[in-house]
Amino acid sequence: MASTQVNAPGTLGDGRAARARRIGRRRETRAALLFISPWIIGFLIFTAWPIIYSAYLSLTDYDVINDPNYVGLENYEELFRDPDVALALWNTFFFTVIQVPVYVIVSLALALLLDKAGRASGFFRTAFFLPKMTPPVAVGILLLLLFNGQSGLINEALSWFGIDGPAWTTDPDWVKPGLILMSLWSVGSSVIILLAALRNVPQELYDSARVDGANWWQQTRKITVPMISGALFFIFIVNTIAGFQTFTEAYTAFFGSGNTTYSNDAALFYVIYLFRQAFEFLNMGYASAMAWLLFVIIMIFTAIQIKVSRRFVYYEGEQR
Amino acid sequence: MKTAAVRWSALALTAGLVFAGCAQGTSDDSSDDETGGGATFDPEAELSGELNVMGFGATDEIGQTRLDLASEAIAPVEVSLIEGDLDIQQFLSAVATGEPPELVYANRDQIGTFASRGAIIPLDACIDGEGIDTSMYLEPALNQVTFDGSVYGIPEFNSVQITQANADLLAAAGLTLDDVNGSDWDAVSAANEAMYVGDGGSLSVIGYDSKLPEFLPLWAKANGADLLSEDGRTAQLDDPAVLEALEWAVSIYDAQGGFGTVKAYRDSADFFGAGNQFATNVLGAMPMEQWYVNVLNDVSPDAPMAFDTVRDRQGEPLAYASGSAWAIPADSANPEAACRFIKTMTETDSWIAAAQARVDLREAEGKPFTGLLTGNAEADQAIQDQFVKPSGDEKWDAAVAATYEANENTFTLPANPADAEFKTAWQDAVNRVLNGQQEPAEALAQAQEEAQAALDEAWATWDEREEG
Repeated sequence: MASTQVNAPGTLGDGRAARARRIGRRRETRAALLFISPWIIGFLIFTAWPIIYSAYLSLTDYDVINDPNYVGLENYEELFRDPDVALALWNTFFFTVIQVPVYVIVSLALALLLDKAGRASGFFRTAFFLPKMTPPVAVGILLLLLFNGQSGLINEALSWFGIDGPAWTTDPDWVKPGLILMSLWSVGSSVIILLAALRNVPQELYDSARVDGANWWQQTRKITVPMISGALFFIFIVNTIAGFQTFTEAYTAFFGSGNTTYSNDAALFYVIYLFRQAFEFLNMGYASAMAWLLFVIIMIFTAIQIKVSRRFVYYEGEQR
Repeated sequence: MKTAAVRWSALALTAGLVFAGCAQGTSDDSSDDETGGGATFDPEAELSGELNVMGFGATDEIGQTRLDLASEAIAPVEVSLIEGDLDIQQFLSAVATGEPPELVYANRDQIGTFASRGAIIPLDACIDGEGIDTSMYLEPALNQVTFDGSVYGIPEFNSVQITQANADLLAAAGLTLDDVNGSDWDAVSAANEAMYVGDGGSLSVIGYDSKLPEFLPLWAKANGADLLSEDGRTAQLDDPAVLEALEWAVSIYDAQGGFGTVKAYRDSADFFGAGNQFATNVLGAMPMEQWYVNVLNDVSPDAPMAFDTVRDRQGEPLAYASGSAWAIPADSANPEAACRFIKTMTETDSWIAAAQARVDLREAEGKPFTGLLTGNAEADQAIQDQFVKPSGDEKWDAAVAATYEANENTFTLPANPADAEFKTAWQDAVNRVLNGQQEPAEALAQAQEEAQAALDEAWATWDEREEG
């Protein structure tokens, strides 16, 4: 049996142990770095380098094939003069500001319903999540079919209530509302996240509230929402970023395969305009400047959301 | 020891990356690959190596027959196809990295943009060396691939519009093809209103579809105006004749409840199926590319069709042509094989062999041969003489006759270095009018400004490069 030597604190043995711990930590660090090195190398080559390079390209005139020509801040100055940038930003802000709250509210409402669904909840979870599996390009085409002003299912349904539905796919006033409604097609993933959060709310809180005479609305407002505020905040922030970057469905429906020549300014979102500048007009320098502007905008909005969230979001075990 | 090894490895790796980065753009600029001058184009020369073709797929008998002949002509060169529509980004990136495909197949309207950026080489040496007779190509098609005085592409195929109409709806409204072929715009407007059936926002028969935004160049030309000057440098979108054409074409939709209503109805149609708009009697007439005749003939041979060319306001046949082109990328590793391949793909005998293959196939299917527009006038004539026979069904014969007549009366927009921006400018203008966001004059004025700015910038870059 091995014997163990124990040294009193402050003795020579104590220093040896500390050194051994340091060596151990260093070895662990090296091992950890080795194991994550494939990711680090991938990140440096495929993410960090392109980010840095795009910052450089944003200061150049670059058409992919010829060497970048340094133009200083000209591309950034052009951003403020280009009326299509202003239009695209307005469309994107409008879409995000309306779509994100609607998306979160619908997700929460469905999650609350599912939470009460009992044994059928598994079926509905699957049913709600399935549309999320649809490729975004297909969703763009689906939009044109569902929201067709003449024969689309949406206007057909509205006509049952005597409502003459609008021209969702051509009337500039209705294009963005149509896209916002269509975005609810993929609400399933958020519903699942919120449902998981709801299941983690301690039942005792509701029991106590009921004893105190709280009704459903009071329980939801005072217990449910605060207790799942972390998940709500996550969905809010992720969808805000996605809103600013919205592209595929709108591009497919109004600029891509759904309409090769017809387009609608009302659907010209910022990333669509960026894509056109980069890959249709080959203005890579200008497109890079656009990308950096979007990055700054998203960072500002995210920072504001994080700041505001400190007042409203509750994390279990957090020291306040 | 280990730490030192890690440091040296990191240093070596960093140095490698830095030098690799510095290597960009240091390729041998003294080579004359940009003009293809390093290559010897000789029809008797032995060829070797590989030929990677980007953007071309031998998806039917026309492509496969010619591919077989061209592959044989450049044997033992190994031909590989990178199929699918040309991915511009992929192509330009390949050129930028110095590893382009040996040959590229593009839309004709992309040639000016590629040429201006130095992505493809002028084919003068190829044409002279291989003895390609460019006079056999349709002049408008050749103009479309001629940039700043040099031929950069060899054209093939020609897509043209003809007037396609529902004979029953015409007859029921007491109309004839002359009322919808575009020769008299007032007559077209009247025919539109006579055949249209609708109630406010609801539509059940489209009288006439002026096919905006894509056919603005057609209506402008029918009214005597070109969207772009002959040298490709000056936008002419604010020409009063263009404005008049746009106002008239939009009025066709306004008379039917607006573009939104017509488009929604058009989008809901079974365009490629047996329930298409003509077969189901819900469309009076429209200008449409000739390939749609084949679709109609295949899926609804008994549809009550009538065909004519589209005509300008003087009654002359007119078509806005488009098509494909072959081009040799800068730094192509095998320009000699590429040149002979192009020559064989587009020469008259190859087209005749391809047409024969199609005729055989159509006969086997019990269907008529509806012609083939090759972009090669000599081949078109030979194919028409040799293979186009009366089918026994007057309406389809009329379609073929109209197609060939249109093919002889085409126009194109000249090659320019900002084709995508130019096209986007005028199409967006038309769309803003169709969507009710702008009046035609205001939209075209804005488009003129945008298009001219893009053209000026692109031409200035090209001129600088030429002078430098």
